[in-house]
Amino acid sequence: MSALQDVFARCREERRAALVGYLPAGYPDREGSLRAMRALVEAGTDIVEVGVPYSDPLMDGPVIQDAAEQALQQGFRLPHVMECAQAVAEAGAVPVVMSYWNPVLRYGVDRFAGDLRAAGGAGIITPDLIPDEAGTWLAAAGRHRLDPIFLVAPSSTDARLASTAFACQGFVYAASTMGVTGVRGTVGSGARELVRRTREVTDLPICVGLGVSTGAQAGEVAAFADGVIVGSVLVRALAEDPSGEGLRRTAQDLADGVRRPEPAR
Amino acid sequence: MTDPQPAPARPGRFGDYGGRYVPEALVAALEELDAARLAAMADPAFRAELDRLQRDYTGRPSPLTEVPRFAEHAGGARIFLKREDLNHTGSHKINNVLGQALLTRRMGKRRVIAETGAGQHGVATATAAALMGLECTVYMGKKDTIRQALNVARMRLLGAEVVPVPTGSGTLKDAINEAMRDWVTNVDHTHYLLGTVTGPHPFPTMVRDFHAVIGDEAAEQLREATGGLPDVVCACVGGGSNAMGIFHRFIPEDAVRLVGLEAGGEGVDSGRHAARFSTGSPGVLHGAATFVLQDEDGQTLPTHSVSAGLDYPSVGPEHAHLRESGRAEYRPVTDAEAMEAFRMLCQTEGIMPALESAHALAGALQLGRELGPGTVVLVNLSGRGDKDVDTAARWFGLLDPEDLVQAEQVRADEPVQDAEGSGW
Repeated sequence: MSALQDVFARCREERRAALVGYLPAGYPDREGSLRAMRALVEAGTDIVEVGVPYSDPLMDGPVIQDAAEQALQQGFRLPHVMECAQAVAEAGAVPVVMSYWNPVLRYGVDRFAGDLRAAGGAGIITPDLIPDEAGTWLAAAGRHRLDPIFLVAPSSTDARLASTAFACQGFVYAASTMGVTGVRGTVGSGARELVRRTREVTDLPICVGLGVSTGAQAGEVAAFADGVIVGSVLVRALAEDPSGEGLRRTAQDLADGVRRPEPAR
Repeated sequence: MTDPQPAPARPGRFGDYGGRYVPEALVAALEELDAARLAAMADPAFRAELDRLQRDYTGRPSPLTEVPRFAEHAGGARIFLKREDLNHTGSHKINNVLGQALLTRRMGKRRVIAETGAGQHGVATATAAALMGLECTVYMGKKDTIRQALNVARMRLLGAEVVPVPTGSGTLKDAINEAMRDWVTNVDHTHYLLGTVTGPHPFPTMVRDFHAVIGDEAAEQLREATGGLPDVVCACVGGGSNAMGIFHRFIPEDAVRLVGLEAGGEGVDSGRHAARFSTGSPGVLHGAATFVLQDEDGQTLPTHSVSAGLDYPSVGPEHAHLRESGRAEYRPVTDAEAMEAFRMLCQTEGIMPALESAHALAGALQLGRELGPGTVVLVNLSGRGDKDVDTAARWFGLLDPEDLVQAEQVRADEPVQDAEGSGW
């Protein structure tokens, strides 16, 4: 069983959804990001997305853009991703990497996969790589026993939902709304429908991302999804309070949320 | 048993380059666009409408002008300019914009968005949007909005919303990032009217096809003028749309040398340039696998060129393939070489080229000198230089900096009219 399969099996036993938290590697700086990742795990996060800061983050809103820019100014280099993955694994959660494709390509797809596996990583989420273009990555993922995680979107046709889910392992990332990352007041109403359509074509766990920022929203999503993905609100908490205390509180609120799934009224 | 068949070419691939490196959320829109453009290109009514606009609105065919006084500096070569500078809005950009604006209407979308660097593509898009009654938002790097303030005003006069993008380097690449973010959010009613031959499939192919009229006309005009084909075709390459437009017709003609001129900036060794084929490497940027100026970690490097239109860290994927296959060659031209060619064309022929196009002219001077008397060089004069007067005047020291500051102050202090009744 892969590490991700274990997490979702445990969450099913506990009748709850998994909490998936995103933080960029190297933000606010190298040491600070290692501390932040550990705090996230201690607060009850099951899976940590280690984000790779990139110069051209075209799927991200202002919060994550600013964090990536600061990490790069602080001298972020790719090997730090592996340090973060290792810190997450040692703290007891499952690390996956979230990266735009060019940094992985430049590092060397096979080398990246090998180093990530050695650091305890479980897979890679690829927001700008669709399975159609992923031949090299799928081969490397197989060799190094990593889970390839692709995104599905409300605009995906049924045929593409099926082919994309077929290429995924670990879980399927359902982007709840058409748009970029950010803190939103509400989770798109399309999320539930997308999860329903995706369930028809796969037995894999389905995690919902984009726009979840409170424990209450997490609880709502937990009622119909296997995992709740949270990013911008965590990054914002870390930006506002570099001590990490705000991050810890925010993560705990979200962790409570996924433990009491509530159908939306 | 049948013979083994070669693997079918992947759509949108030029050798190893091209493809679709985009969020899944955009795939449906790219499929819709691909289907729409294939149906439109096969539809005589669409072709007729586009032909009519090109003739009556853009002013096509653009002339071919031989420039003998300029060519005296090119080793006895004959130089012909394809005059895309004479198109409505002042550059080749309008060819692609009209095609995509018609497609937008055909797909039933009511809004277009675009990126722009120097402002040429933004102005062309704002123009087509005004003509066809489409909403228009143009993203422009904050730094570029300051460098090209007049073009910002032009776009706003045409009814477009111009959004300055402060993130990243505040230039063209950041404007593309922001346009992509808008597109993924509003894709149900918005078409991204991308301005060059890069991005995810079908953009590189579609934009090239809308510009292929440049090479088709030039080949015919040159045959009338010389009885044959050119020996060399020169074009500047930023994203590479004007170059693909003039190269496409000549790719099957093995005797014709195709030369793309990139921004060598302050010299390739200086590190301040946009010469992707000199120090770049294969990577992925803005949806396409192509050559990218990037560091060891795949982070995009800052670029520099005196011409905003060439100041871009990647290049259309078909150019990467043409270079790898040896069918085309690419050379850097420095800011200084381009400015010298700019000055020379102004003063020998009375034609003021865009600084982008001046790179192609500098290449023509080099190739003429290398290949000797009688060589026929075809240059794509992709745009006119009105937008660059300020840069050129400062480069050549034609205006006193203090006078410029004073002139700005006088203008700022003297409103054109009382605010009362100003409709815009």
